[in-house]
Amino acid sequence: MVNLNILIVGVGGQGTLLASKFLGAVAALIGKDVKVSEVHGMSQRGGSVVTCVKIGDNIHSPLIDEGQADIILAFEQLEAVRWIKYLKKGGTVITNIQKINPMPVVFGQTTYPDKILDILADSDVTLHALDAFSLAVESGTSKAVNIVLLGVLSRTLPEIPENIWQDGLNAVIPAKLLDVNTRAFEKGRNYIEG
Amino acid sequence: MKKLLLGNEAIARGAWEAGVHVVASYPGTPSTEITENISKYDEIYSEWAPNEKVALEVSIGASVTGARAMSAMKHVGLNVAADPLYTASYTGVNGGLVIVVADDPGMHSSQNEQDSRYHALASHIPMLEPSDSQECLDFTKAAFDISEKFDTPVIIRTTTRIAHQRSLVELSDRQELPKKEYKKDIMKYVMMPGMAIKRHVIVDKRMNDLENNKEVSSLVNKIEYNDKTLGIITSGISYQYTKEVFPNASVLKIGLVNPMPTELIKEFAANVDKLLVIEELEPYMENFVKQIGILKAEGKKYFTNQGELNTVKIASAYYGTKPESAELSQDIQAPARPPVMCPGCPHRGVFYVLSNMKVRVSGDIGCYTLGAMAPYASVDTCVCMGASVSMAHGAQKGELATGSDIIPTVAIIGDSTFMHSGITGLVDIVYNKGTSTVIILDNSITGMTGHQQNPTTGYTIKMEEAPKIDLVKLCEALGIKRVRVEDPFDLPAFKQAVSEELSCDEPSVIISRRPCVLLKNVKYGKNPIINQDKCRKCGKCMKLGCPAIFKEDGKYLIDDAICAGCGLCVQMCPFGCIEKEI
Ligand SMILES: Cc1ncc(C[n+]2csc(CCOP(=O)(O)OP(=O)(O)O)c2C)c(N)n1
Ligand code: SF4
Ligand code: SF4
Repeated sequence: MVNLNILIVGVGGQGTLLASKFLGAVAALIGKDVKVSEVHGMSQRGGSVVTCVKIGDNIHSPLIDEGQADIILAFEQLEAVRWIKYLKKGGTVITNIQKINPMPVVFGQTTYPDKILDILADSDVTLHALDAFSLAVESGTSKAVNIVLLGVLSRTLPEIPENIWQDGLNAVIPAKLLDVNTRAFEKGRNYIEG
Repeated sequence: MKKLLLGNEAIARGAWEAGVHVVASYPGTPSTEITENISKYDEIYSEWAPNEKVALEVSIGASVTGARAMSAMKHVGLNVAADPLYTASYTGVNGGLVIVVADDPGMHSSQNEQDSRYHALASHIPMLEPSDSQECLDFTKAAFDISEKFDTPVIIRTTTRIAHQRSLVELSDRQELPKKEYKKDIMKYVMMPGMAIKRHVIVDKRMNDLENNKEVSSLVNKIEYNDKTLGIITSGISYQYTKEVFPNASVLKIGLVNPMPTELIKEFAANVDKLLVIEELEPYMENFVKQIGILKAEGKKYFTNQGELNTVKIASAYYGTKPESAELSQDIQAPARPPVMCPGCPHRGVFYVLSNMKVRVSGDIGCYTLGAMAPYASVDTCVCMGASVSMAHGAQKGELATGSDIIPTVAIIGDSTFMHSGITGLVDIVYNKGTSTVIILDNSITGMTGHQQNPTTGYTIKMEEAPKIDLVKLCEALGIKRVRVEDPFDLPAFKQAVSEELSCDEPSVIISRRPCVLLKNVKYGKNPIINQDKCRKCGKCMKLGCPAIFKEDGKYLIDDAICAGCGLCVQMCPFGCIEKEI
């Protein structure tokens, strides 16, 4: 595996921090250099949040800048396109199809763009779009959207052995929540598009 | 095996390994996790102090007795702590004393983007600047050693991208140090003019000694010679960007940014053709380099002093290159997604009420600053913590002094912020015969920075029970005769309370009491639903500005996934269509 830059985007409160911690733990377990850049503070209150995970042999900057992400992992569809400039040409977008209205939309100052998924599908990117929210609910908690999406991501990274992902989960999820999250991860990993 | 640690976790770990005994801080993004992590170590006494000045004074006191001590704060917190800081520089230390200051270029969670390196310069205090988590740990340990060896407080400066990045770190064990003895020494610890004059001489000497100390310099400063046609002087996060954008250039990475290494810079400059200085915010290093006579240095000519740098900004400023990004088949204008008060936030009731009254709102800093945004657009001003109270008083005095119409004004201030620096403002109102109305938003927590305990919550940083400062008694003791406690979710009563207090001719305090919805003990039960058969589409419920209420295909709906079940919206519907099971 050469360098891998994963940009995790979503809405404050959706669990992007845990997702990046999980990915970071996995990278460390396979013996790679890794840097993660997180967002804490103001934007955690329902704002647009972005977290960078960079895996490779010798990582300098913890940030993924414009045109540098191999994969965008989006927890919400509008966020997937908000950050699209950060994706390399021909990169991969994995997105939850859930919509969360930003306040300007809620107040009717503007509208939520439609056809986001169609436009993404038409663009020069590899797209995986799924209802991660429902899968999370099926596995036992709506809070596991993040882990479902990481399950999907894990399928696109065959270089990382399956047991490492489980070890990563064990490392970052508290024992009493491990079962639900393992189920959520499996749901994502076994998710078949169509 | 190495561990993946947040920069802030690594600083906490470094302090623990260095044998720190006492850590006193006040929260502030991006510094908060340092002290939160410290509180997990049983060997360390830790506390949330009411503000940064108190925090630093606690650490100075501990240091004088011989304990190793540390305080962490955000950049603006260092302004609050600046008074003890500048004189602790003169007294020096007994046990090692370290101050961590976290700057926020780009203002992810701040009201300004000041460059704290100038505090180090002006106070003659050494400052270290790490560039990843390993250095966060190593420099913290080095800081304690430098502090004791050179008899000085030491500042560690981070920025958001260092504080909030995770990278791999090698850990070691804690070093238990023999306790240092306390010796009374008024020439060192009592700063009256006669003593301070002598200490100033010592301060200048120690900074000079430190600058010329080879051991310290080789530990924290390093030259990486490579292609010598381009040399770059940099530090902190900018070093990481530099290594990506200019992998072949020669680099002088400065770890000790005060005092700057004059000789090393001269040597480096002499060995490279072109010399760049890459740093965020102000041209602190660039000016120094020019001041020691190296006029070929260039920096802010290319790179802005506003906001953060990153690899793309640096490359485009220097080379004029543009990033190659994926493009959408069709343009999408993504509406902005600003932060909002949570669904169920207790502050929402207050702002709904205030936005429907003709009042000026003297604002403050916390989750409730979001009351400045739509749909409330209530807040008129926000400068710094505590300013709501004193500025409301100033507004009234200003209008009186100029003979202008008096605009009814309320100050709004959170519980933590009131403890931090609101009390003195209230003293001023009472003493100087103001009649302002102050609303204390008591949500039982320090919300904005991620839920820290404070003197009004009844718990310490380690979640041990603690005496609770009684806000009502406190305000009464200050001489406020009209103190009342109101529930911000009882909208008519709250509005009535504000009107009454505004119309009376003496100072008053309204304590708006309801806990933050994110606290574990807050349980609201089932989410309400909007009865679609009864709904008359008046849209009044939307005026509350709760992100869980939305309109789709002409219908008003509640988003079950994010609604907190607080029930505040039930009061909004004039036709009783919002139904909540109790
Ligand atoms: C001098 C200073 N220190 C720290 C901060 C960071 N900070 C911003 S708001 C806040 C506290 C907010 O707590 P509270 O007043 O209780 O309001 P809440 O967020 O709970 O509504 C802090 C610590 C700051 N802006 N300035
Ligand atoms: S964290 Fe608490 S105080 Fe802050 S916006 Fe959310 S509910 Fe309100
Ligand atoms: S009950 Fe009403 S006001 Fe409270 S969070 Fe839910 S929708 Fe918002």
